[in-house]
Amino acid sequence: MTDTSEAPPVDGVPVTIDGVEILAAKGELIIDAAERNGVYIPRFCYHPRMEPVGMCRMCIAEVDTGRGPALQPTCMLECTPGMVVHTDSEVTKKAQEGVLEFLLINHPLDCPVCDKGGECPLQDQAVSHGPGESRFVEEKRHKEKPIPVSDLVLLDRERCILCDRCTRFAKDVAGDPLIHFINRGNNTEVNTFPGEPFASYFSGNTVQICPVGALTSSDYRFKARPWDLEKTESTCTTCAVGCRVSIESSRNEVLRYQGVDIDPVNWGWLCDKGRYNLAALDSESRLRDPLVKGPGGAFEVARWSDALRAAANAIQAGLDAGGPGAVAFLGGARLTNESAYAFTKLAKGVIGTDHVDCQLADGMPAEAVLGLPKATIDDVCAPGGTVLLIGPDLKEELPVLFLRLRHAVLRDGVRLVQLTSVPNGCSSLASVVLQHRPGEAHEVVRALFADIPAGRDGGGVNPQALDQARALLRSAGDPTAILGRQSIAEGAEWVLDAATALLDAAPATRFLTAVRRGNTHGALDMGMAPGLLPGRATLAEGRDWFAPRWPTVPAAAGHDAVGILQAAAAGQIHTLVLLGADPLTDFPDRQLAARALSTVPNLVAVDLYITESVQHASVVLAAAGFGEIDGTTTNLEGRVSVLNQKVTPPGTARADWEIAAELALRLGSDLQVESVDDLRAEMAELAPSWAGVTDELLFSVDAADGVVLPLPTATATEPDAADADAAAAEGQSAAEGEAGESDADTPAATGPVRPGLVSFAGGEPLDPPALDAYSLRLIATRTLYDQGTFTQLTPSLAGLAPGTVLRVHAYDHDRLGVPSGTELRVKTPIGSVRAVVVTDPAVLRGTAVAVFNQPDVPLNELIDATQRVTDVRIEAGDR
Amino acid sequence: MITDVEPIITARFDQPDAHTIDGYERTGGYQALRQVLASWSPARVAEEIKDASLLGRGGAGFPAGVKWGFCPPGVWPRYLVVNGDESEPGTYKDRLLLERDPHQLIEGVLIASYAVGAAQAFIYIRGEMALAQERMAQALNDAYARGYIGKNILGSAFSIDVVMAWGAGAYIVGEETALIESLEGNRGMPRLKPPFFPAAKGLYMQPTIVNNVETLSNVPWIVRHGAAKFTALGAEASKGTRVFAVSGHVNKPGVYEVEFGVTTFRDIIMDPAYAGGIRDGNQLKCFIPGGASAPWFFEEHLDLPLEKGTVDRAGSMLGSGAIVVMDHTTDAVKACMAVVRFFAHESCGKCTPCREGTTWLERILRRILDGYGRPSDLDLLMDVADNISPGIAWPPKQTTICPLGPSAVSPLSSALGRFRGEFEAYIARAEAARAEQPVVLAGAHAHAHDHGHDHDHDHDHGGHH
Amino acid sequence: MARLTPENEILAREIIGRYPRPKSALIPLLHLAQEQDGYVTDDAMAHIAELVGVTSAEVLGTCSFYEMFKLHPCGRYVINVCTNIACMLCGGDELLHHAEETLGITAGATTPDGLFTIEAVECIAACTEAPALQVNYRYRYKVDNDAFDSLVDDLRAGRLNDEIPPHGTLARVRQHIPDDKRAFIVSPEEAAAAGEPAWMHAHETPSVEGGA
Ligand SMILES: Cc1cc2nc3c(=O)[nH]c(=O)nc-3n(C[C@H](O)[C@H](O)[C@H](O)COP(=O)(O)O)c2cc1C
Ligand code: SF4
Ligand code: FES
Repeated sequence: MTDTSEAPPVDGVPVTIDGVEILAAKGELIIDAAERNGVYIPRFCYHPRMEPVGMCRMCIAEVDTGRGPALQPTCMLECTPGMVVHTDSEVTKKAQEGVLEFLLINHPLDCPVCDKGGECPLQDQAVSHGPGESRFVEEKRHKEKPIPVSDLVLLDRERCILCDRCTRFAKDVAGDPLIHFINRGNNTEVNTFPGEPFASYFSGNTVQICPVGALTSSDYRFKARPWDLEKTESTCTTCAVGCRVSIESSRNEVLRYQGVDIDPVNWGWLCDKGRYNLAALDSESRLRDPLVKGPGGAFEVARWSDALRAAANAIQAGLDAGGPGAVAFLGGARLTNESAYAFTKLAKGVIGTDHVDCQLADGMPAEAVLGLPKATIDDVCAPGGTVLLIGPDLKEELPVLFLRLRHAVLRDGVRLVQLTSVPNGCSSLASVVLQHRPGEAHEVVRALFADIPAGRDGGGVNPQALDQARALLRSAGDPTAILGRQSIAEGAEWVLDAATALLDAAPATRFLTAVRRGNTHGALDMGMAPGLLPGRATLAEGRDWFAPRWPTVPAAAGHDAVGILQAAAAGQIHTLVLLGADPLTDFPDRQLAARALSTVPNLVAVDLYITESVQHASVVLAAAGFGEIDGTTTNLEGRVSVLNQKVTPPGTARADWEIAAELALRLGSDLQVESVDDLRAEMAELAPSWAGVTDELLFSVDAADGVVLPLPTATATEPDAADADAAAAEGQSAAEGEAGESDADTPAATGPVRPGLVSFAGGEPLDPPALDAYSLRLIATRTLYDQGTFTQLTPSLAGLAPGTVLRVHAYDHDRLGVPSGTELRVKTPIGSVRAVVVTDPAVLRGTAVAVFNQPDVPLNELIDATQRVTDVRIEAGDR
Repeated sequence: MITDVEPIITARFDQPDAHTIDGYERTGGYQALRQVLASWSPARVAEEIKDASLLGRGGAGFPAGVKWGFCPPGVWPRYLVVNGDESEPGTYKDRLLLERDPHQLIEGVLIASYAVGAAQAFIYIRGEMALAQERMAQALNDAYARGYIGKNILGSAFSIDVVMAWGAGAYIVGEETALIESLEGNRGMPRLKPPFFPAAKGLYMQPTIVNNVETLSNVPWIVRHGAAKFTALGAEASKGTRVFAVSGHVNKPGVYEVEFGVTTFRDIIMDPAYAGGIRDGNQLKCFIPGGASAPWFFEEHLDLPLEKGTVDRAGSMLGSGAIVVMDHTTDAVKACMAVVRFFAHESCGKCTPCREGTTWLERILRRILDGYGRPSDLDLLMDVADNISPGIAWPPKQTTICPLGPSAVSPLSSALGRFRGEFEAYIARAEAARAEQPVVLAGAHAHAHDHGHDHDHDHDHGGHH
Repeated sequence: MARLTPENEILAREIIGRYPRPKSALIPLLHLAQEQDGYVTDDAMAHIAELVGVTSAEVLGTCSFYEMFKLHPCGRYVINVCTNIACMLCGGDELLHHAEETLGITAGATTPDGLFTIEAVECIAACTEAPALQVNYRYRYKVDNDAFDSLVDDLRAGRLNDEIPPHGTLARVRQHIPDDKRAFIVSPEEAAAAGEPAWMHAHETPSVEGGA
């Protein structure tokens, strides 16, 4: 718990615990104050991240508030001045031992076969305080042995001690009250409603917080004993939230992830995708060795030296054919910061191409992610604040951010204004939902702060809702915004335009950019986008700084992912390197991706698996995955945290940065890095946004929660330990400064001035796109589980991709003249798919909603990446 | 002392149409409300009730007027909730008040709501009381129709809706915070006090006054006749009258309204005007003075007055006005079992000591009754009891949230304290039988004989087929 | 089986409308479901969940806490024999035993013809009338064996149909608040914003201090 390490509170409440006077924080519970002062009071139901319920009664102790000692649950009582607490008196001990005996009378003695055995508070308590022999001679309660309450979680009701942790979590934290106490008294049990499983994205947390072995993960059962587990802390890179995790392994096999509680990010929670996708790393399909395509077109296992040579030759061939501009790199959001830097240096600094993009046209331009005034998660969730959500369904794409926002709204009075084209999992949290036409979020933002210009209608939002939102914003302080892409069928321009409009109207707005993939932010920070160099420097401004330090620097800004694939399809790219990228699945426009991959003469892939796209490669370099390498990662706040290696990569798979360095060598250049530490040292030296991020700081205790970049100016220049600590402590406030300029005045050691950080300029406002009367504008959303590689290679998750239908308004549906639920052909000028079309009152007239990357309905056949919006026609005739 | 005071709240019990609005109006009904709305300020009403020292009749005996003053100032809305969940074994008065004089309660509710500034009132009636619900629903409909409830009552500015809510069978819902949970549509599990004193944080976490049916039924009379007339009745700290139900082994079991605090147990149990003595000329063995939760009284307590303070000091309570009399033929172990089983069955299951402890007590007792007792069981019973209610003192200390768990200790400590020999006799008989014919200890199987108290509630759908 | 019928759904909405928060109507709605089908069906719980905006698991959580709600079909007449202390002292256990013998079932069970279910129950607030029982929550006082037998005969013969409706029906009179009489349903949020009830001002300085 982070609480235990907190500094003593300033205006404290004096209380005496076991004869020692301590200062408790105002409003602090006795159980916490005691723990902070070294007195651990046993507990089962209490959990510091949930409202106390005081029902297990294990934490009762004699508390004297002036009227004589009385037994009280210390998890419910706040410290009051002069309170005297006896956790070690005879009365307290007898009462606690009594509770323990009561808990044990009906608890099976199956510790030897229980997953929790060895890390079970009940077992620990029983061993240290419990009665030696049971006085309970009657038969214990019997229930049917473990029953699945969901696809991922099993419940053994005999072991349950009814502490209400899982049920409280489900209701209060996750908002999915699908498990509940049922029956009464001694018959009480936890269960689901018949036929309605505990289908929550957060179900795994209940396994982690169950104080006994009643809830277990189906994928972990009987796998290991806790005392065999070795643990190391790391950061989950499944999505960009960056939850802190503990990687737990035994005999070089990762067996589970557990959430680690850090205040600024995940509070100990994880989503099920992040928690359970470890199986993918261990999957049969995992690449163990590099592959080279033989003459017959089949992959053959190769020696690293041969594979690297082949890859380097492929790059050289591209250079020979068309110079640096004929080589391009796609992907990189899966890499560590260090590997991202190494590949940027390879691409931009050795090869000299700027055709580099770590995103697949499904995120936001670097200028926005890096350059907008930034907010942290804590800023967004600060009590009493107002948040504009212009972006994806956080529950589906950034699940633990959703939990934080949910808590902020429900407990801390944060008010949410949501701009969306279709209500989603966040809408129930919103004070106002402004439902607008796809591609017109920017129109709504303008309407929120100014009169709607004649001839426009503010994106088509309901005028009352608009008034409500206006009133709400008027009464609020500076808003924070969560900004991202809600639909992959629209370009990113609209989002940027919305940000511009927002900054025009409310210049103090700060943004949390809701990018989705694990280390997108870090990869961008390391320059993996066109026109960018490491450390949030633009190519234009940073050229002079990098030119003397790197072998070369690109001559001009290159293409983004769309441009790269277009150029490849047009035969202008000779060598394409895929860095963990699968454009055939993830790029919105499958046809363009397919043309590009089949046209490009040399395709090199660095990956963990042979994905659909990788199959087109001539050389595949097997990379190490999560938990197999050291390094750092950066979350959507710009928070850098440490990744630790726990196991060795399978086979001969290697760290990405090593691959980059080896390729550079074979292209005649030495990256001059021997280790991740070397890379970080170079990053701190060269990359402006990394200034001051020394290993000393990163690995200090105070940086356990990570550090938000850029560091405050003072410490960036003076990286001594004391200041570094302060920097870490103030990590969050760092973002409050003018991120754009803060480093401009940093004196550089020698030579040209260190470039400033990119800042968001915005552009000319766009007109709303026109829609013809026969088309519906497509909204392509995402769900947590989809056809993505990690999900599909995790057996317990693979089946959870829900599939999709096309949802339309009844008015539009009526025109089709077929019943709701009919499978129909859906077309755009570039492609067509078959989908079941249903009516949904939540869908706006003139729009059609479906989920991207689901089995059977390949929406990426419909989307033209060069268009700003995707308008579809549904053909009722063709069945 | 037997006094011949006029009954206050059961005055209309002999009037066949008292439950109708006409019957009620004819006998002075709704006059107090008129009086209040015409000329009293809310504060004035509250003051009057405070002056009357009207003690709560639900069990705890807390002065109603004082409680009304506990709503934190400036916090709105407030609610009023009537506790008509009467289920404490032995208690039988609220149901009669609901069935026979529902308008009296409604009038009390309206006046109380006016006094505390309630925005809405709820009358929560025990689920099993179909007739009471029927009468109350009719009474409310009629009172709405005649303008006593609703918008601008009797032409005044005072407006309030009174809603009938009803339970579905759970004794614990009588506990006021559990009642509130139930009224919110939840499982009726008590909230921990502090911090959830209903007057501060009650229904929907808003200030809420919870009063018993009998308590509020007194209000119209007090308003009409004045606090002074009320306090002229009764003893030192127990004013007015009180309704007691005397049941068990007496000649004339019944519900009697007597002057509070002056009538003695002997009067009410033995006097021909009331319960008329022990049946069949038998000897008194013991009696429960105030509902199943109360420690038992014996012969030596008969001359205590029915007065709150006196009974408290003697180690028990008047509770809900339920006197259950047992004569010398009573099997103390069985009687003890009946009450312990009740609490085990009614535990809400929230607190470990209550959920596990009361059931354990029941199972040991069951074993003893079934002939599988062991000499060590008696100490075990007391130690388990001690872990539910440390020190087994009165008033009980508790390791639980509410007093239900500790309530199971009252019958046990009473019976075991006074009639230990009867328990020992069961065990000795069992031992003797075993000596003759050794048997395997099979206490758990004996459970099947326990007449269906494992009710139809194990909604076991574990399989998820 | 059985979601709420359209008529009952209308009733359900009326009941929900009386409470500041919809979930408060849960118990009355479960009674309504039980009145409709004689017990509470899974479908009815799911329907109620929709109506009050909670999950079915939450409805089950509440429903299963309360003894009166039956999750499986039971007899047309549920006979609850009190075995708690006052009745026990006056022959409640014996009455239960007689009931079991007479109907040929043990407590908790239902006769094969689906007519009777017997239950041993805790105190039903009729202690001075012991031994007491309820048939579908209608009382019978001081019941001896003969009285029990004739009660069963009468029920079988339908002679008590007027007095005792089938299991599930509690009050046959429903509360109904006419729209023109309704004061206001006060949700905590609205009222907190409004401050004290309007009528509280009306008497701040009472015109007549009646009788003080
Ligand atoms: C386990 C338990 C059961 C209770 N049952 C009832 C009850 O059935 N009726 C009642 O009025 N009060 C009951 N009470 C008391 C209530 O909590 C509360 O004190 C009372 O309703 C307040 O009303 P009063 O002040 O008018 O007495 C019970 C208390 C406990 C602890
Ligand atoms: S003491 Fe018993 S009834 Fe009371 S809250 Fe605890 S478990 Fe529930
Ligand atoms: S930890 Fe305090 S009661 Fe459970």
